[in-house]
Amino acid sequence: MNETLFGKLTLSAIPYDNPIVMGAVAGATALTLLLLGMITYFGKWRYLWTEWFTSVDHKKIGVMYIILALIMLLRGFADAFMMRLQQAIAAGGALGYLPPYHYDQIFSAHGTIMIIFVAMPFFIGLMNLVVPLQIGARDVAYPFLNSVSFWLTASSAALVMISLGIGDFSHAGWSGYPPLSEKQFSPGPGVDYWIWSLQLGGIGTLMTGINFFVTILRMRTPGMTLMKLPVFTWTILVTNVLIMLSFPVLTVALALLTLDRYLGMHFFTNDLGGNQMMFLNLFWIWGHPEVYIVILPAFGMFSEVVSTFSGKRLFGYHSMVYASVAIAVLSFVVWLHHFFTMGAGANVNAFFGIATMVIAVPTGVKVFNWLFTMYKGRLEFTTPVLWTLGFIITFCIGGMTGVLLSVPPADFVLHNSEFLVAHFHNMLIPGALFGYFAGYAFWFPKAVGFRLDEKWGKRAFWAWLVGFYLAFMPLYALGFMGMPRRLVHYDNPAWQPYLLVAALGTVVILVGIFCQIIQLVVSIRNRAALRDLTGDPWNGRTLEWSVSSPPPFYNFAHLPKVQTLDAFADMKERGVAYEVPASYQDIHMPKNTGVGVFLGGIAFAFGFAMVWHIWWLSLAAAGGVVAALIVRAWDDSVDYILPAQEVARMERERRQLLAAHGHQSSASTDPHLAPQG
Amino acid sequence: MTTLAHAQDSLSHHDGHDPIGNATFGFWLYLMTDCILFASIFATYAVLGHNFAGGPSGHEIFDLQYVFAETMFLLFSSTTNGIAMLAMYRNARSQVVNWLTVTALLGLGFIVMEVNEFMHLIQEGNGPDRSGFLSAFFTLVGTHGAHVSVGLLWMLVLIFQVMGKGLTAPVRSRLMRLSLFWHFLDLIWIGVFTVVYLMGVL
Repeated sequence: MNETLFGKLTLSAIPYDNPIVMGAVAGATALTLLLLGMITYFGKWRYLWTEWFTSVDHKKIGVMYIILALIMLLRGFADAFMMRLQQAIAAGGALGYLPPYHYDQIFSAHGTIMIIFVAMPFFIGLMNLVVPLQIGARDVAYPFLNSVSFWLTASSAALVMISLGIGDFSHAGWSGYPPLSEKQFSPGPGVDYWIWSLQLGGIGTLMTGINFFVTILRMRTPGMTLMKLPVFTWTILVTNVLIMLSFPVLTVALALLTLDRYLGMHFFTNDLGGNQMMFLNLFWIWGHPEVYIVILPAFGMFSEVVSTFSGKRLFGYHSMVYASVAIAVLSFVVWLHHFFTMGAGANVNAFFGIATMVIAVPTGVKVFNWLFTMYKGRLEFTTPVLWTLGFIITFCIGGMTGVLLSVPPADFVLHNSEFLVAHFHNMLIPGALFGYFAGYAFWFPKAVGFRLDEKWGKRAFWAWLVGFYLAFMPLYALGFMGMPRRLVHYDNPAWQPYLLVAALGTVVILVGIFCQIIQLVVSIRNRAALRDLTGDPWNGRTLEWSVSSPPPFYNFAHLPKVQTLDAFADMKERGVAYEVPASYQDIHMPKNTGVGVFLGGIAFAFGFAMVWHIWWLSLAAAGGVVAALIVRAWDDSVDYILPAQEVARMERERRQLLAAHGHQSSASTDPHLAPQG
Repeated sequence: MTTLAHAQDSLSHHDGHDPIGNATFGFWLYLMTDCILFASIFATYAVLGHNFAGGPSGHEIFDLQYVFAETMFLLFSSTTNGIAMLAMYRNARSQVVNWLTVTALLGLGFIVMEVNEFMHLIQEGNGPDRSGFLSAFFTLVGTHGAHVSVGLLWMLVLIFQVMGKGLTAPVRSRLMRLSLFWHFLDLIWIGVFTVVYLMGVL
């Protein structure tokens, strides 16, 4: 009876006996309760529900994605901190403070969280916030689908979080290689948590990919041809192509592993005709493009930052676009370099090795374009620029170690060593995370209406940069010394000094994170002084800076007419940036809906039920999804008309605000629009 | 296409926003991602297709005549779906309902035959847990069957929508997308029939 009701779930699934896990659970629960209590105390539930949770406004969905990413970043970093602490002390005979099974879960959770629940939602959030504004659109192509995508991502992140306190998480690494991830060797719920959180989140990401691809191709404002798209939007367009081409393969890889685990099939098992290498191939056919999915948007953000703060057009716009496309194409012919040691033979390895090296070429083109943009520009050393400079130098080092690894014989030596760990962190931390931090500081005023504090931003940057070098450069040396990755403890005392330095680096990064938290608090407190009244705090060049900060929910009262690249810079030069239109028109806007929240909640229930084999709940949840979609399909009144008078009133208020601060709507005399260098 | 243009006019969006065009284009993109999904499963079948592990091979368990009849159900359902779409362009509401019903019945016939084939195999001890080959076979054919089943459910909803709402612009748009989906599944089945059954029996 209990098994029908609760599946495999029993009270013993809660790890009472593990003080470290229970401490983490208590901490996370206390923070959640504090947050819920504060929302209740300040009576903000209705506000949150109507203005945020049910919103289909791309800007608000974007902000929610970014908040999710930042919260998960704290969790992922806590995992990293624990691993570094463990390896710093577990030398010689010492076993450290983490038992092996727990340590394995920590590195598996760290990788999964950082890629899927930090990097992905962070750039998807910035993309949501910025892309429709950059292309002069009022919305995305499918606003409702956008809300569903977000809630699927949020609920799969919740699935990872709940695995902390109920059951355990996968111990098979973030890439979940079989046969270890098969039922025979991992009978517990951990791998299932990993499968379902990736699967549900991946479906949300795939829908986002389609959504933004259609948005960029079909909803650009008049005059904005493809070769006038801002570079960030271009990188996002390419990224979405990668998402559409690669995520279905992840879906299949996970689904086949699911069938092995749940129905006893033999795709990747040791016996009865299974083939583990098939999983590795499928996983990395998704996994390698995924690297570029998280890096290309950051390249776009760096491009916007460099061009804006150099006060000039991006050098080599066309080569930047072609380089992005070339990287996208190449990203699909390099997956095998993740397992050169599979034994595919010299010719196959040579092909994939050379293809991997070739990727350095378009990437190099980008680096030179950023450098030449800065050359003879008037570079302002703001926080976003610091992140960019830190990225360029650090990323080049990581790129060179990548070319080193792409040589198959060298890879045979360095495979699965700390050298590899150093290499991919050397790509992803500067290449993705620094870019998102640059984008976060750059577009923060657009999202909320005031800038971030510069002083604390710069402190955070320096702590992160120094911390990064301290934490990861020793790992290169350890790789050469022969230290494998994922060791819970080790006998060789010569490794320990390096691991102590790496742990110190993590502490310095922690200081950086504290600086970012302080930065947020200080900025909110000083928001009056940091207020962005004009909507254009950086003398921006693209259309998102032509509207107020935060923008009106309809984005543009009139669709802007684009004549050149860097459309807003051009409008300011021609003195037409703030022209008052003769009249306004009605605007179609999508209605808010709670169906997205409902589907997210039900997806969570479905995932949880599948993990614990609670079949009745899985069926009920699946039925709930179908029912919700049918009900939604019956509702044809999903948008409404915002009357022209209302648009006129809102626009008049903004002009009055601008005028009160000395900004006349006839833009040419505007002191804010000083001629550029 | 004139009908689609008409449908857009009737929504009279004057801000460059074209929801029906977007929906059709987006659905094409979804179909392409689905195509990659099937391609990955086909690739898996190609790799595992001869891992019989002492179990039966395709030659021993496939009945070509049976599968040919099954195939005919699906192919004719595509034809009747086309007739339903032609009726939609003529605004013949009751004919749309009738031909969609015929399509759904043919699709249901296909599914019943497939489930029957699966049941037989499992009863004879040749279920998906028997060998790598059978895992890949059941998954490839079953994924297609699951798609057809979802299509049937969607068709049922649309039959009710055509009866309840009439041939409104959003309903036409949905019928158009369902039709794309249905023909797409036909194409996939041609691949399945060739790669799995014909090459399996050869």
